[in-house]
Amino acid sequence: MTSTTDPTEPLSVEQLSATTLLRFATAGSVDDGKSTLVGRLLHDSKSVLTDQLEAVAHASRNRGQDAPDLALLTDGLRAEREQGITIDVAYRYFATARRRFILADTPGHVQYTRNMVTGASTAELTVILVDARNGVVEQTRRHAAIAALLRVPHVVLAVNKMDLVDYQETVFAAIAEEFTAYASELGVPEITAIPISALAGDNVVDPSANMDWYGGPTFLEHLETVPVTHDLATCHARLPVQYVIRPQTAEHPDYRGYAGQIAAGAFRVGEEVTVLPSGRTSKISAIDLLGRPVDVAWTTQSVTVLLEDDIDISRGDLIVPSKDAPATTQDIEATVCHVADAALTIGHRVLLKHGTRTVKAIVKDIPSRLTLDDLSLHPHPGHLVANDIGRVKIRTAEPLPVDAYADSRRTGSFILIDPADGTTLTAGMVGESFASPEPVKTAADDDGWDF
Amino acid sequence: MTTVATLSEETDSPYALSHLDALESEGVHIFREVAGEFERPVILFSGGKDSIVMLHLALKAFAPAAIPFSLLHVDTGHNFPEVIAYRDRVVAEHGLRLHVASVQEYIDAGKLRERPDGTRNPLQTVPLTEKIQSERFDAVFGGGRRDEEKARAKERVFSLRDEFSQWDPRRQRPELWNLYNGRHAPGEHVRVFPLSNWTELDVWQYIAREKIELPQIYFAHEREVFQRSGMWLTAGEWGGPKDDETVEKRLVRYRTVGDMSCTGAVDSDATTLDAVIAEIAASRLTERGATRADDKLSEAAMEDRKREGYF
Repeated sequence: MTSTTDPTEPLSVEQLSATTLLRFATAGSVDDGKSTLVGRLLHDSKSVLTDQLEAVAHASRNRGQDAPDLALLTDGLRAEREQGITIDVAYRYFATARRRFILADTPGHVQYTRNMVTGASTAELTVILVDARNGVVEQTRRHAAIAALLRVPHVVLAVNKMDLVDYQETVFAAIAEEFTAYASELGVPEITAIPISALAGDNVVDPSANMDWYGGPTFLEHLETVPVTHDLATCHARLPVQYVIRPQTAEHPDYRGYAGQIAAGAFRVGEEVTVLPSGRTSKISAIDLLGRPVDVAWTTQSVTVLLEDDIDISRGDLIVPSKDAPATTQDIEATVCHVADAALTIGHRVLLKHGTRTVKAIVKDIPSRLTLDDLSLHPHPGHLVANDIGRVKIRTAEPLPVDAYADSRRTGSFILIDPADGTTLTAGMVGESFASPEPVKTAADDDGWDF
Repeated sequence: MTTVATLSEETDSPYALSHLDALESEGVHIFREVAGEFERPVILFSGGKDSIVMLHLALKAFAPAAIPFSLLHVDTGHNFPEVIAYRDRVVAEHGLRLHVASVQEYIDAGKLRERPDGTRNPLQTVPLTEKIQSERFDAVFGGGRRDEEKARAKERVFSLRDEFSQWDPRRQRPELWNLYNGRHAPGEHVRVFPLSNWTELDVWQYIAREKIELPQIYFAHEREVFQRSGMWLTAGEWGGPKDDETVEKRLVRYRTVGDMSCTGAVDSDATTLDAVIAEIAASRLTERGATRADDKLSEAAMEDRKREGYF
């Protein structure tokens, strides 16, 4: 993979325009070949360019290494290069003719659980790597549990180093079966297992001649074709108001628009809406999609909404369809991942940011801490330290319209902030920890596993 | 036979945004978050393509109202005249307020010393950070992209800087979902990077789609250049060519626009946006590798400069 003489074909301007974006995250233990896989994806998609490879070769020679150390490509910080480990999430970019990718490259060490949570929070797909020789290990289960907690819609189990187990189907099948059973129990909605060798290139970009028993997609093909949005019909529409746009100019004397990025679902002109927490109602009179009037707008579009009535709305409010408004509450129960070095304790006074609203809050109780290894609950731990995942009860100073995280990753999530120094303390997910497993399907409509 | 879920023919729902729409929407969201949470934001504006795209996103984010921020340009004194002219035209056209931090003024006042290698890029840090402090800017938008450089790949969208404008990569706040944390103490500020997730190619495709005007030096033109450290530099009063360097006329364009003393031109016959996009898609060099001397100083050059307060 260090070859620089075989650039892939350049993409045409037309090919480059009609692509969608997939955000995904990688997770893996220390020696399972994650950087090799990332390196191969970047390299084979022409995202590692000659000057970057030269810089790596140069730095490797300076260290007295014979071969270019590809970890230098991704370890961006001085401390990471010095210690030879990846400390922090890095974001990487590559593209194929079919899609653009944002890869949250997260370290695999258990003490960096918070980094995996960070990467998974914006990911639509998580890749969990296992070494085919070792199979499902403790760390694999931790990664699966975090993907389940964060409700990442798609999980890929990449069974790596198949070359070291003679490309045996039985080895792959046993690992895939064990993992799928475990992850399904956690409620992971979709699991795709792919046998690969990142080093040899089997099933990463090109189908492997060594595993003709495998009939599924290559790793890259799966990344290119996995659907990136949910069915909006089942989503609750939510628009957190970021900013009120009032030009107050001669041309627009009365313009009053509510700007925000749609967090979930779709909004239509003419729809009856309720503004929370006040509960006032009106109708959408127009939607402005960054300079273009539209009849309908949907999730992750940044829009400006105009209402028929002049009602009091400001940053922090949530606009929802009147027929589908969440209840507001001052008592939130959530699963959290503590991300700060200082502990989170009962009685801690914090700020809670939910959508565009930041309110004072107090940690009322920490009923349990989750042990990721076996998913057992440790009752009343008293506090949570960095990388702990636990259940927390929070009382907020003002009512908040929160959804369950299971229903909406955007309006069901929040962060806790230390009011003294602004540190981000905790990532929170409202409601139950793990999704219910999928109901058992009958053989007729089973499009999943077929052993 | 072992198999996995069959691939769906329909890869994306009709509600999937194109990658440019997704990036645009995210950028606008970031501008609006800053407008909602900060008192005195400012946009770093160099007249380069990234800051031009930033300005375009900001104009869209608040339309039909005016942008609620001013602009700040760190003028090295060695800027391309075409770019300065572009800058002043844009400022006038949109009725914006422009702050200028001048490296030349610092040198003239004896507060900064010219480097022996003649590059002024590293000298920008002091005028920039002092301007931020004196104007009490609390949020400073930069056009930095994570794809540019491996230290930048570690950068947050909201990046807290201390009262000395320093970046400490080990003390960064995790960024979860799209819940950006803009809390800061008086004297501290937050660097904000709305183009974090954009690549060079995304920027060019967006410029083409939105028909955004650029300074002409981004397109192929004949220019008097000379070679130094493997780069084609523009001859000029800033300090080139030296006696042993010869000027020649070449058909070139710029991939990045920075200080004349450290930004190289590339051989190119791309005179249109489509030609530029095709050229970048086929290039085997990153834009910095091709054209920036300042990043070649050491393995951690960017990280070190960012720690000091560079953007």
